Amino acid sequence: MNYDFQWNVVLSGEYLDWILSGVKVTCQISAVSLFFAMCIGTLLAVMRLTRFKPFVWFTAIYTEFFRNTPLLVQIFFWYFGSDGLLPRFALDWLYDHDFEFAAGVIALTVYTSAFIAEEIRSGINSIPRTQLEASRACGLSFVQAMRYVILPQAFRIIIPPLISQALNLLKNSALCMTIGVAELLYMAKQIESYSFRAFEAMSVATLIYLSISLVVSFTITQYNKHFMRTVSY
Amino acid sequence: MQWDVVATNFDYLLFGAYPEGPLGGLAMTILMALGSIFGAFWVGLVVGLMRLSPRAWLKWPAMVYIEIIRGVPLIMLILWFYFLFPILIGKTLPAIQSAMVTLVVFTSAYIAEIVRAGVQALPKGQMEASRATGLSKMQAMIYVILPQALRNMIPSFVNQFVSVTKDTSLVYVLGVTELTRAAVQVNNRTLSAPMELYMTILVMYFVICYVLTSYSRTLERKMARYQARG
Repeated sequence: MNYDFQWNVVLSGEYLDWILSGVKVTCQISAVSLFFAMCIGTLLAVMRLTRFKPFVWFTAIYTEFFRNTPLLVQIFFWYFGSDGLLPRFALDWLYDHDFEFAAGVIALTVYTSAFIAEEIRSGINSIPRTQLEASRACGLSFVQAMRYVILPQAFRIIIPPLISQALNLLKNSALCMTIGVAELLYMAKQIESYSFRAFEAMSVATLIYLSISLVVSFTITQYNKHFMRTVSY
Repeated sequence: MQWDVVATNFDYLLFGAYPEGPLGGLAMTILMALGSIFGAFWVGLVVGLMRLSPRAWLKWPAMVYIEIIRGVPLIMLILWFYFLFPILIGKTLPAIQSAMVTLVVFTSAYIAEIVRAGVQALPKGQMEASRATGLSKMQAMIYVILPQALRNMIPSFVNQFVSVTKDTSLVYVLGVTELTRAAVQVNNRTLSAPMELYMTILVMYFVICYVLTSYSRTLERKMARYQARG
């Protein structure tokens, strides 16, 4: 192997700014998608539990379909295919703003919310059914019972799997590179094509992804240890 | 709506240019998924057992391997293997081989974790009893633990196979004409029906993955009945 490494090329000046802006976009797209995915995921999980048939069917089809198809194709579908789906004014607005980013957020949100819905549903199912019945008997409505009794308990149990879903989301956001969202991997590729320092640029990007993942998974392990000691169902 | 674009190119989406040209499309996706799960099973089994070993020189490399592979996006690994290893090794791999190696390496890290969880889920008494009857650790693993653990892991393997099937779509970035690439090609040629095309291949992926997912659920239910308990 005869390749001379020039780390300072990548780690200074303009290229460093590119990497930092890539990190920023990766964090932004992940955070926005995570927020929406949590909202939709919770809504879907609750809808599934209502036992109102159309809701149950809808959520079942939604989660099964989006969990069983590749994210990359979903990204392409929203990015290239939304032309035939959305009304004209929505499209005009999106084209004026950052359409790549929006398509990325939609795809990541829809994909992740299907997984989050399943996690939350299993969390809710692990709370004994009598809790819901008792709250209903106390006079709370279904929504109130969910809001004040079931969900607060369920969320405590599912925090570790939810965090690992968030981590998956962060890694999945790298796929938005294919439609031209300027996130970390896209920036690394761009530095590569400007400076020909492929090895350095990719190493820096890899290390950033890796360190985030390792820190988060270490935190989950610690949380699990602590959690197992204090709570037992 | 221009579903005729899909209809005229349906063969291409299924088999690529197969009888006249190279195989591609859905058939390629399935072949790649089968190949990678087969390779990843053996690599993952070895890495998973290494990870379980009490010896540090076996355990640590396995742990580092698993953590690194699982901490990096797959698309990044694909780019590493295809564009950067040739710089290091000095010779290029064809796209399909490179893609297969990446998928095997990536999936094996996940299979290693399945193997570890599967072996740990068996009651401790199984290992202790085998050791007490005079089997060596290796023999106990091969003749007593693994046959039971592997059977319990089958549903997880099926789920992993579903993941690989979905992951093969990323190989598109290397230009391998699997299903996603085939659809992108058709779309670039016709330019009139992206929504219909991507919808079609989403449904194709869904049919395969959903059938397998439901199968693994049935298996899980059946197996829960026959498990050795502690």
